[in-house]
Amino acid sequence: MAAIDLKGVVKRFGSITAVDGLDLEVPRGICLGLLGPNGAGKSTTMRILTGQAIADEGEIRVLDHELPREAKEARAEMGVVPQLDNLDIDVTVEDNLAVFARLYRVKDVQGAVERGLDLARLQARRRDEVDKLSGGMRRRLLLARGLVHEPPLMLLDEPTVGLDPQIRTELWSLIDALRSRGTTILMSTHYIEEAERLADEVAVMAHGKIVARGRPSELIAQHAGRETAEVYAPPDRLAEVRANAEEHGLRVRPAGPAIAIVGAERATDGAVPPDAIRRAASLEDVFVMLTGEEAE
Amino acid sequence: MRRLEPAAITGVMSREVANFRTFWKATTFSSVLEPIIYLLAFGVGLGSTIVNKVNGLDYVEFVGTGMVATAVIFSSALPAMFGTFVKHRFQNTYDAILAAPVDVEELVTAEMLWIGIRAGFYGCFPLLVAMAFGLDPAPGMLLVPFYCLITALAFAAFGIAVAGTVSKIDQFSYVTTLFVTPLFLVAGTFFPIDQLPEGLQIAAELNPLHHLVELVRHASFGLEATDVLRVAVLIALATALWRLAVQRMTARLID
Repeated sequence: MAAIDLKGVVKRFGSITAVDGLDLEVPRGICLGLLGPNGAGKSTTMRILTGQAIADEGEIRVLDHELPREAKEARAEMGVVPQLDNLDIDVTVEDNLAVFARLYRVKDVQGAVERGLDLARLQARRRDEVDKLSGGMRRRLLLARGLVHEPPLMLLDEPTVGLDPQIRTELWSLIDALRSRGTTILMSTHYIEEAERLADEVAVMAHGKIVARGRPSELIAQHAGRETAEVYAPPDRLAEVRANAEEHGLRVRPAGPAIAIVGAERATDGAVPPDAIRRAASLEDVFVMLTGEEAE
Repeated sequence: MRRLEPAAITGVMSREVANFRTFWKATTFSSVLEPIIYLLAFGVGLGSTIVNKVNGLDYVEFVGTGMVATAVIFSSALPAMFGTFVKHRFQNTYDAILAAPVDVEELVTAEMLWIGIRAGFYGCFPLLVAMAFGLDPAPGMLLVPFYCLITALAFAAFGIAVAGTVSKIDQFSYVTTLFVTPLFLVAGTFFPIDQLPEGLQIAAELNPLHHLVELVRHASFGLEATDVLRVAVLIALATALWRLAVQRMTARLID
């Protein structure tokens, strides 16, 4: 039985359909990256999984619990790392952990606190108020708080959003260690590199539904081929190159100040200009082709 | 999992206790000093110059016992309104709690209980201060913490329900001006309501804070048979407002 199983889930907010017939299965023991642009419905999906949003249609099972009826039971077995920092900033690091150990009914609260402090590498700062911690320390504490009851399933909602690269790498190590221990992870992100580095499988979400799913290498092969050619030039010339490539049956996407010709290995003579920079196709190519949004 | 699990409620309350440990000194300071200032201004100032006795009581005794209600409403309704709104809108605290095995009913119940207990405790301070100003202790006063608790629970639920209804924090001004201040002024704290026009007397009898004022005065100067009815009214009000608070917060917190 999958850790998470969503079938035909729909969630509307007035006239806006945030989640639109979502089918998603997350097998136990894998890290699934839910990759999508802002507004794709990732956070709403996360809230549906914690019972904080009630789906208008569809079937939802989390760890064999049927939601929303058994949302509380499901929450008892999952940990959540939110997108927004919601630690109690005036309270000490250890009290933040202790409160959540109690909320999760952990019998050995002190033991859970010590484990959390070790995981977040905050033993030396245990009696400091959270307000005095750096951004990276607070993110590590958020992760440790979500793990205080050693859940078999973790929901990570944009776990490194807004963090600088060094802190992001630090958190990736922690998440990677978690994955190695066999914890099932559903991680929403709009960072391509994060999904590539951590996820066993990636599901690309756009307009409230999954538009592609697979291992990163499979998705790249299926949607972007082997090679991408990037052309940097003034706008007029980029328009000409684009038109020419499309005439030759190639797909072209914007890439910041450049354009990227996807599947360039299939290009016939003259389809790709000689000054183009050829590189291996990436998950970013897949993301932009499928969602129409620039990647981060 | 069943409804209203004690572990969920005490878990949420433990968060409140952890936070309260960071600001209890300021709360205690104001809870002690405010009744002293009021008693000096009204009890001693007014009592020694304009008003001597009210309904057979020294004015200090009259105000000292009445001020319990003032302390209760200001330490329950206002923290419930502002605290709930800030935790929801600005600190995202409730998102964190509701991601754990806690539901909205347990969250609201825990918040209510914590505010109720805290206001019940601090509500007794004016009585203690009044004793320093000459109020004689009485065995009936042992009931005052209970009276304060049930009234504070009602006002905490009221505050939470309001916080679950307004869309902007500025809108609390309407609530304090239209509800809290009139309730506070027409409770019989600073002047007896039996000297008011008949319409206002009836309005005051509907004021839960007036019931608390009467209960505290009776506990201090002689219990009355109607006290049971007043307690029943306050319990019924707290129960009704609790359900309203749960309903409003569910609408606010669950999409």
